[in-house]
Amino acid sequence: MDSALIETRGLSKSFGGVKAVENVSLTLGHGEVVALLGHNGAGKSTLIKMLAGVVIADQGEILVDGAHVEIRSPRDSQALGIETIHQSLALADNLDAVSNLFLGREKTGRLGFLDRDAMEQAAQAMLGRMKLRLPSLHALVRSMSGGQRQAVAIARALHFNAKVLIMDEPTAALGPEETRKVGLLIRELASQGIGIFLISHDIHDVFALSKRITVMKGGRVIGTHETSAVSKDEVLEMIILGRQPARLQPVAA
Amino acid sequence: MQVLNHFLALRWPPRGAASPARPEGARFDVRLLAMLGVLAVIWIAFDLLTGGLFLSSRNLFNLSLQVSVVGIMAAGMILVIVARHIDLSVGSQVGFLGVLGALVQTAWLAPGNPHAWWLSSAVMLAAGVGIGALQGALVAYAGIPSFVVTLGGLLFLRNAAYQLNSGATIAPLDGTFQMLGGGPNGAIGGAASWALAGATLIVLVSTALRSRRRKQRYGVAQAHPAIEASILACWAAAIVLFVIAMNGYARPSTNEAMGIPVPVLVLIAVTLAISAVAQRHRFGRHVFAVGGDPQSAQLAGIDTRWVVMRVFMLMGLLCGLASIVLTARLNAAASGSGTMMELYVIAAAVIGGTSLAGGAGTILGGTVGALVMQSLQGGMVLLGVPSPIQSMVLAGVLVVAVWLDTLWRGRAK
Repeated sequence: MDSALIETRGLSKSFGGVKAVENVSLTLGHGEVVALLGHNGAGKSTLIKMLAGVVIADQGEILVDGAHVEIRSPRDSQALGIETIHQSLALADNLDAVSNLFLGREKTGRLGFLDRDAMEQAAQAMLGRMKLRLPSLHALVRSMSGGQRQAVAIARALHFNAKVLIMDEPTAALGPEETRKVGLLIRELASQGIGIFLISHDIHDVFALSKRITVMKGGRVIGTHETSAVSKDEVLEMIILGRQPARLQPVAA
Repeated sequence: MQVLNHFLALRWPPRGAASPARPEGARFDVRLLAMLGVLAVIWIAFDLLTGGLFLSSRNLFNLSLQVSVVGIMAAGMILVIVARHIDLSVGSQVGFLGVLGALVQTAWLAPGNPHAWWLSSAVMLAAGVGIGALQGALVAYAGIPSFVVTLGGLLFLRNAAYQLNSGATIAPLDGTFQMLGGGPNGAIGGAASWALAGATLIVLVSTALRSRRRKQRYGVAQAHPAIEASILACWAAAIVLFVIAMNGYARPSTNEAMGIPVPVLVLIAVTLAISAVAQRHRFGRHVFAVGGDPQSAQLAGIDTRWVVMRVFMLMGLLCGLASIVLTARLNAAASGSGTMMELYVIAAAVIGGTSLAGGAGTILGGTVGALVMQSLQGGMVLLGVPSPIQSMVLAGVLVVAVWLDTLWRGRAK
């Protein structure tokens, strides 16, 4: 069997006495969109933070392309081809679009000095390719609209040849038209073979975009199902009650 | 020398000028120009009040020496403040490092040792970096607020300076070392000053041309040639006027021109280098990112703690440099030297437009801020204003400057 793009086995994380994530095992294949659902505090954010290198797991394993990996910092995660678009977008408001696109991964010339022209050129090409529009590459992120900020965050995640994309509430701050565009983009990326973890409160989005749905509650996975095999009501039941509807047999996680 | 680019551009590259929706003034550093305007008003007012004394070569020469020490440290303080921290220990560092350097010359090396000047300087710089590393580690890795760590540093180092030599002032110092302070032999002379000015102009022009060619090659938008030419012309005029002023001051009891004093060269080098680091180096970019939003910077993969630690180390290095200049100029190391200097340095940074909220500030602004502070003080000295009143006025200026800054930022939003 083809090894999964990314797999977690028994990931756990506690903060003080509170088990934020408990024994979570998930897989994500090439070109798959897997939605993570659950209330606030269900453990979704902690789970993806472990994949993003922001939080270090207490227990469990992470495998990328079938190989065990250690993710101890955002850099480790990035180096493995995992790109995360955080809900906060993780942009520096006081810097311009180009600076943010390359933040932490600047192109440099001699002695660590920035190659600004090369970055600007690459940024133009990058945004053009993704048909993302910004008023100016040199406008401060502070002065941008929600959609434009989102565009910067997405462009940054995609520029570095991501294999796995984690999107935490990518449409929460967007209007309907921008939400639709992000949906199109997610489909497009999946068709290119990128695996995507999608966290969203918008259950319509989730049903429209995902291949599988994983519901979490209280730090544990309640169940994972093919999106086509469940109804919205059943998913809501899992989210709210934290148990599998009797009708459903879970697929192998 | 791409390093010089932003000086030419004065951060006014309508680099994105080709894109129509660029918010007006986003890049144009109106603030800095306003500050230069204020400085001009101060100078003219003092010159009129003192009957031409203020803008005399002699006064400008002394002013430039005073600005050097504060300006060197302000460059580092701006990065510290941009990174959302503060260093209250810089004045005490200057005192401590001065005594340490003097001890190297007098107690550890034989008097007249030809290597004394650079050995003692190297020890001062290294010790500055060490102090910065320790304070930086306590802030970045131990998580103690920088206000507390450096308040401790202020108290500790001032008294350590006293303890090092039982409070006794060490003087005189090595002759070569004294030249670093801009004393009678501490300026490069008239001819060398002109040569340096000429070389600088050539570098400025060729850098500007090279940058234009480079941008053309990459297809990146650039400023209108006329704008760039007029900015260049302003810099050229400033350089020429400065050399005329410095050469107008004769070495005591001779008619040899003093020329540019060594501390001013140090200040210029520091301002250029730290500006380049702030705006054009990966490290500077990370400092601004950390100051703008520490959490975002971390999520983006920046090692934020290491960035903060290095900022404090750089501050320590610059304190060492400032201490060399000050100790050499006084030709004496006293444990009390540099007292209250932290306030002047922070004031220069803030007057120069550094936001205490972090994430914003320019090095050149800090240099101008230091110039404003020292001009006010120097002018009041010439007018015979009593020293306590001087400090009271400067205090008022600082508060008003921050108030204006708040208004400015409120409007900009």
